[in-house]
Amino acid sequence: MSVWIHIENVLQALAAGILVGAVYGLMCVGLGLIYGVMRVINFAQGDFLMLGMYAALYLFAGLGLTALGPYVGPVIAALLGAVILYGFGALLHHLLLARVTGIRVAGTESEGHYPQLILTLGISLILANGGLLVFGSMPQNIRTPLSSSAWEIGPLVGNDLSVFLNKARSVAFLVSVLVAIALYLFITRSRVGKTLRAAADNPEAATYMGIDVDRAYRIAFAIGIAITGVAGGLVATYYPFQPYVGLEFVIIMYAGVVLGGFGSIVGAFWGGLTIGLVQQLSTLILPVQLQNAAIFVVFLLIVLIRPEGLFGRNAERV
Amino acid sequence: MNRDIKRDLGIIVIAAVVYFAISLLIQNDYYRLMLALVPVWAIVGISWNVFSGYSGMVSFGHASFFGLGAYTVTLLLVKLDVSPWFGIPIGMLVGVLAGALIGWPTFRLRGHYFALAMLAYPLALLYIFEWLGYQEVSLPMKRESPAAFMQFKDQRYYVAIALVLLVIAMAVALKIERSRFGLSLLAIKQNEPAAEAAGINTLAWKMKAIMVSGAICAAVGGLYAVMLLVVTPPSVFGMLTSAQALIVTLFGGVATVWGPVVGSAILIPLSEILHAELGHVIPGIQGVVFGLAIVLVILLAPEGVVPHVRDWWTRRQGAQSPATRDDAKHPVADVSQTHDAGTRRAVDPTVLLQVDGISRAFGGLKAVEDVSFAVRKGEVLGIIGPNGAGKTTLFNLLNGFIPPNAGKVMWDSTNLVGLRPNEICRRGIGRTFQVVRPFPRMTVLQNVVVGAFVAEADDDKAIALAREALQRVGMAERAETLAGGLTNVELRLMELARALASRPKLLLLDETLAGLGSQEIERMLAVIDALARSGVTIVIIEHTMQAMVRLADRLVVLDHGRLLAEGPPELVTKDARVIEAYLGKRWMKHAQH
Repeated sequence: MSVWIHIENVLQALAAGILVGAVYGLMCVGLGLIYGVMRVINFAQGDFLMLGMYAALYLFAGLGLTALGPYVGPVIAALLGAVILYGFGALLHHLLLARVTGIRVAGTESEGHYPQLILTLGISLILANGGLLVFGSMPQNIRTPLSSSAWEIGPLVGNDLSVFLNKARSVAFLVSVLVAIALYLFITRSRVGKTLRAAADNPEAATYMGIDVDRAYRIAFAIGIAITGVAGGLVATYYPFQPYVGLEFVIIMYAGVVLGGFGSIVGAFWGGLTIGLVQQLSTLILPVQLQNAAIFVVFLLIVLIRPEGLFGRNAERV
Repeated sequence: MNRDIKRDLGIIVIAAVVYFAISLLIQNDYYRLMLALVPVWAIVGISWNVFSGYSGMVSFGHASFFGLGAYTVTLLLVKLDVSPWFGIPIGMLVGVLAGALIGWPTFRLRGHYFALAMLAYPLALLYIFEWLGYQEVSLPMKRESPAAFMQFKDQRYYVAIALVLLVIAMAVALKIERSRFGLSLLAIKQNEPAAEAAGINTLAWKMKAIMVSGAICAAVGGLYAVMLLVVTPPSVFGMLTSAQALIVTLFGGVATVWGPVVGSAILIPLSEILHAELGHVIPGIQGVVFGLAIVLVILLAPEGVVPHVRDWWTRRQGAQSPATRDDAKHPVADVSQTHDAGTRRAVDPTVLLQVDGISRAFGGLKAVEDVSFAVRKGEVLGIIGPNGAGKTTLFNLLNGFIPPNAGKVMWDSTNLVGLRPNEICRRGIGRTFQVVRPFPRMTVLQNVVVGAFVAEADDDKAIALAREALQRVGMAERAETLAGGLTNVELRLMELARALASRPKLLLLDETLAGLGSQEIERMLAVIDALARSGVTIVIIEHTMQAMVRLADRLVVLDHGRLLAEGPPELVTKDARVIEAYLGKRWMKHAQH
């Protein structure tokens, strides 16, 4: 009897881990893309996630997307939010990041890593605190009936073994996987995708081949932010958020991206998924307050023991 | 050097006294607190600067030390009734320990990975302290004897304590900056492998730096707890704490003693006043100010305010040429005696270095395979071979950059295999690099001084030794030039001087002639010959035969990682296998005629 309860707990944690993990995977893909192409660690990625959340929230309410129903409405809002973030990302790159990245710094001392890290830290502070200014500190979320209802799988054994899949998380899972696949196809198949990979491989050589590296970087940065923004919009359907929420997720993203082998997009997705599983499974043995500490410890262990990532070739390539 | 420190310290003390005098005039309690917060964050900035600013390893995790200091003081007072007067020194010990525990595993990481890993420590600590039940710990009021517990109603006492701590922190920073400690860290920042090969124990210096930094940061964290009387994990372990350490320093100027102080003096009052005046209307204004401050600094004056103003000032004063006082006495070096290929140097038959069956493979590629040879005292041994023969790999094996898969390197009857490059350098083996590895933003003299630290424990003697080394390679008149501005041949001579300054018994020169014009080659050959005649044993890699035949007493020929031939130049160059390796079979007949 009690054995079944344990098994059910484990299965439940596994299912939850996979569902949230895929969304983490998607945010990691955004960060991984930016790092993979630009070699910039974007400190502000969590804050762009936060912007994605608010964008989806306001679009959902403002555009009357509620009419599309609880399944489609929030998803459309998240995707539209990504469009806004794409524009915002491109603008930010143009105004700020382009000055410390790309050809301009190729070959300079440590390739300009120092100013890049600092600049994105500054952007992060401005976004998080500016968010407080604009959005207020009240926790919000995109309210649909889905966040508090679930599909039941089972009972599998007699009356005992059932796994519940939260509906909002399940929708988020599905959309995350689809968006990640779409991005993968775009990067590997399309002409723009090839440009990005060329610029990533060797910015100088790419310039000689007639590729506008700054433009490639701008596209990568904007897509990376938009992708993470979609993930934010999806998280917003089942997780209450406020302007400082970015910091909670940024470590998850770093952990996932490092786990996946820095710069590998596919790796980043699996890395994020693994972090989701670690987070949910840790609740079986650790108190809830230590859930996040567990992620940091796992993250530290990964960087210290296997900095090339679990899935990565040693390569720092897209 | 010491007089300089005393003078600067005097200025610092005077500034602190003036600052304190001003604080005495302020009546408003809130502004007094602010006056105390400026030195507090200045100290946090200095602690960050001492480690990250000089060594270049960006730490996003200084909140770990700050928070541990704050909690050590608080918990000692709450649980054991220990006064902060003792709590703060104990907190510093905790900071040193934390620095060691964090540094030891994390220094294996480089660049981005290091910065990210550092970020994780305080955040993990934050959650652990919350879980331990220390969400909000108040320091109990000690009404019967407040002074004994560092509790004062008048904030100006805290201003005084913070200023004393600040003066100490600045003195430490000054001492570091003006000694081999700071110069070693700067060398690590600019080129870590070169620093290691020049005999700098990079790990030891980094450990020392993070431990000193941890102590300073923990001390001020403890003071902060006493001042605010309540400690929460987010307020001391939070991201903003780490960020502020970095922001005040970057704003003021990285790797300068005054940078964090100036940054703190501008940013802290600005953000505090805005927060006080507008905080209720515009929450988060503080963070926005800090964010804008660093974005603007990175875009407009990436070196920080202090160096920016200093540069502007010196430009206004009219460009003054850097002092070249004592170099002027010896304008040209003593390498004027022309190279004479006719007379051979005296070679001692004793073996200095014995390489025994050394091998190294990279995956399937056998870069060096079962190579054995001996280096005799006083000789110039040339290592030649076509591209990809494994010459540079051999050097990397000899000086400890990469460990061999098999074989021994015997030196003074000890095996060098397994030693780190700086240890090998300490035993008397110096090296230069195929691609020159200068410390570009240090002067030529400083570059060479880094090499001299190994040979001289006293800093002033090390400087004298460095000047002597520059003299020997004919670079004395360039001593005060920044290394980044040198020509190729000058860079190579400087690197040679850096290796020489460690008083090596054996010098490994990796393609020292590469990329030089014919006159420059003559200059270089003359220098090397003079060195050899002065008793330094030299192993030199080169693939232009001509130069080698003139310079070397003996040649070792490598091909595809194997030892192909060994012997005096005139014999080796006639060896059929050597000609084949260099020119291919087809040319053998032509070559032999």
